Amino acid sequence: MNVRRQLLLLRIVAWVGAGAPLVWMAYRILLGDGLGADPTQELTHWSGFTAITILLVSLAVTPVRRLTGWNQVQKVRRMLGLWAFFYASVHVFVYAYFDQVLALDFILEDVLERPFTLVGAAAFVLLLPLAITSTRGWIRRLGRNWIRLHWLVYPAAVLGVLHFELGQKADLTGGPVLMAVVLAALLGVRVGHAVRAKSRTGRSASGARASEG
Amino acid sequence: MLIKSKSPWDDIPSSEITPEDVYMNRREFLGAAAGAAGLATIRPESVEAAIRRRLGGGQEPQVPGEVAMGEPLRDDVTEFRHITTYNNFWEFGADKGDPARNAGSFNPDPWSVRIEGECENPGDYGLEDLIRPSEVEDRIYRFRCVEAWSMVVPWRGIPLRNVIARAAPTNNARYVRFETVFRPEEMPGQKQPLLPWPYVEGLRLDEATNELAMLVTGLYGRDLPNQNGAPLRLIVPWKYGFKSIKSIVKISLVEEMPLNTWQELQPNEYGFFANVNPEVDHPRWSQARERPLPGLRRSRRTELFNGYAEQVGHMYADMDLTRWY
Repeated sequence: MNVRRQLLLLRIVAWVGAGAPLVWMAYRILLGDGLGADPTQELTHWSGFTAITILLVSLAVTPVRRLTGWNQVQKVRRMLGLWAFFYASVHVFVYAYFDQVLALDFILEDVLERPFTLVGAAAFVLLLPLAITSTRGWIRRLGRNWIRLHWLVYPAAVLGVLHFELGQKADLTGGPVLMAVVLAALLGVRVGHAVRAKSRTGRSASGARASEG
Repeated sequence: MLIKSKSPWDDIPSSEITPEDVYMNRREFLGAAAGAAGLATIRPESVEAAIRRRLGGGQEPQVPGEVAMGEPLRDDVTEFRHITTYNNFWEFGADKGDPARNAGSFNPDPWSVRIEGECENPGDYGLEDLIRPSEVEDRIYRFRCVEAWSMVVPWRGIPLRNVIARAAPTNNARYVRFETVFRPEEMPGQKQPLLPWPYVEGLRLDEATNELAMLVTGLYGRDLPNQNGAPLRLIVPWKYGFKSIKSIVKISLVEEMPLNTWQELQPNEYGFFANVNPEVDHPRWSQARERPLPGLRRSRRTELFNGYAEQVGHMYADMDLTRWY
C-alpha cells in the first residue's frame, strides 16, 4: 500500500471511529428508545465520556508514532482533537441549555461554588483556543508559539479526566480507573521521552567537548 | 391479595383491584383521602385525566391539579414505563436501565420480614401477615431523587406506622433501621463491591410514624415490579429517593441513629436525614431546581420537604437543616 492510500485509510478509520458515537446517538434518538426517561442525563454522560475518550486517543498519537515509527499517524491528530472539542461543546450545550435552562446566575453559581463544575469548565475553556487555532492559517501565523499554545492540551486532559472522576457517584472501579491509568500512561511516556531526550543531548554535548579537547 | 381498602381517615371505600383503565375511578377515595388528611395528593380530576392520558385512553385535557396546601401542582403522573425503566437500584447494577434489565430472575415470593430490636413483638412476619391487618391505600406522591430529577408516582401500600405499632416499640426505641435483602445469585449488582451490601437505611421513630411514611407493595394498582423494590419497599416522599429503601427483609427498632449506606460511603454528600431542601445543595450540584421526568430541562423549583412541609415540617422545627442534611 502506498503512502497516499495508507493516509486515506487512516483518515477514514479516524472519522468513522470518532463519528460513530454521534451516529449511534442519532440512531437512539430517532429510531431507538428516544433516550428514555432522562435524555438530559444520557446526553450529558454520552457527550462528556466521548469527548474525554477521543481527547485521550488524540494524545496517544504521538507515542504511537514514536513507538512504531509510522509517521502518517500524526496526520489525524488535529482531526481527533477537533472531534473531542465537538463532543465537549455538545456537553457544555446540554448542560447550559437543558440542565441549567440558560440561567446565567445558576451557571455562575455552579462554576464558582462547585469544584466538579469548575474543573470541567476550566477544561473546556483550555480547549477553546486550541480549537480556534487549529487552522492552517493560525498554525502558520503562530509558528513556534503554536506548539507552546497547544501544550495546553495536557492540562485540559488532566482537568477533563479529573472532572470525570469527580462526577462518579461511588463506584470508581472499571471505567474511571481505566481512564486515569490511560491518562497517567500517556503523560508518563512523554515525561520519559523528554528525560531521555535531555540526557541524550547532554551526552552528545559532553562528547563534543571531549573530542574538542 | 388484600386490596379491599378504606382510607383510615374516611369511610369511602376504594374499589377492588382494577385494570389500569378504570383504576382511577377511585377518584372519590383519593379526593376524600386528600381532603380529610390534608395529604399532598393531586386533585382527583387531574389525577384521573393524567393517568388516562398516560395509559393512552382518551385525550382529556389536563386539569392543573392542586396539592392540599393550595400550591398549584402542574405535575403529571409519570408514565408507568418510565417509573419502571429508570431506577437507581444498584443491587441490579449501577446503570439506571440495569434494574429493569436484570431484575427478571429475582423471586420475591414467598417473602418474610424480620422485625427485631427494641420492641415487644419481634419475629419473622410473612408479607401477607404484615400487610393484611392494614387498609391498603393508593397514594400519589412526588418522588424527588437526590440527583435532581423527579417523578410523580401512584403508589399502593400501607402506612408504615401500622407496622411499627404492631411491633410495639419499647421506650428505648428511637430509630428504625431497614435492611435490603442480600441475594447475590439473583441480584447481579451484589456480586460486585459497588456498595457495602446489604443496603441499609433508617428513620427517626417520629418520621417512621408520620402519616406520609408508607410501606409500598405496588404501583399503578399492580404489584410492585422487581426493579422498583418488590415486594416491599419504603416510601418517604419528603426525603430524597435513596432513603426509600427497597426489597426490605429486616426492620429493626434501635436506640442509636443507624448508619445508612450512602452516608457510610460519602458522609460529606449524603446525610442521615436527606430531607428534600432547595436551600441545602449537594456538593456537586444545586438542589434548587429539579428535572421532572420524562423531560429535558431542570425547570421545576424544588420545594422544601418536596412540597410536604405541612405534614412533616413540625418534626424539624428546631433543627439546623444545613447541618443535619
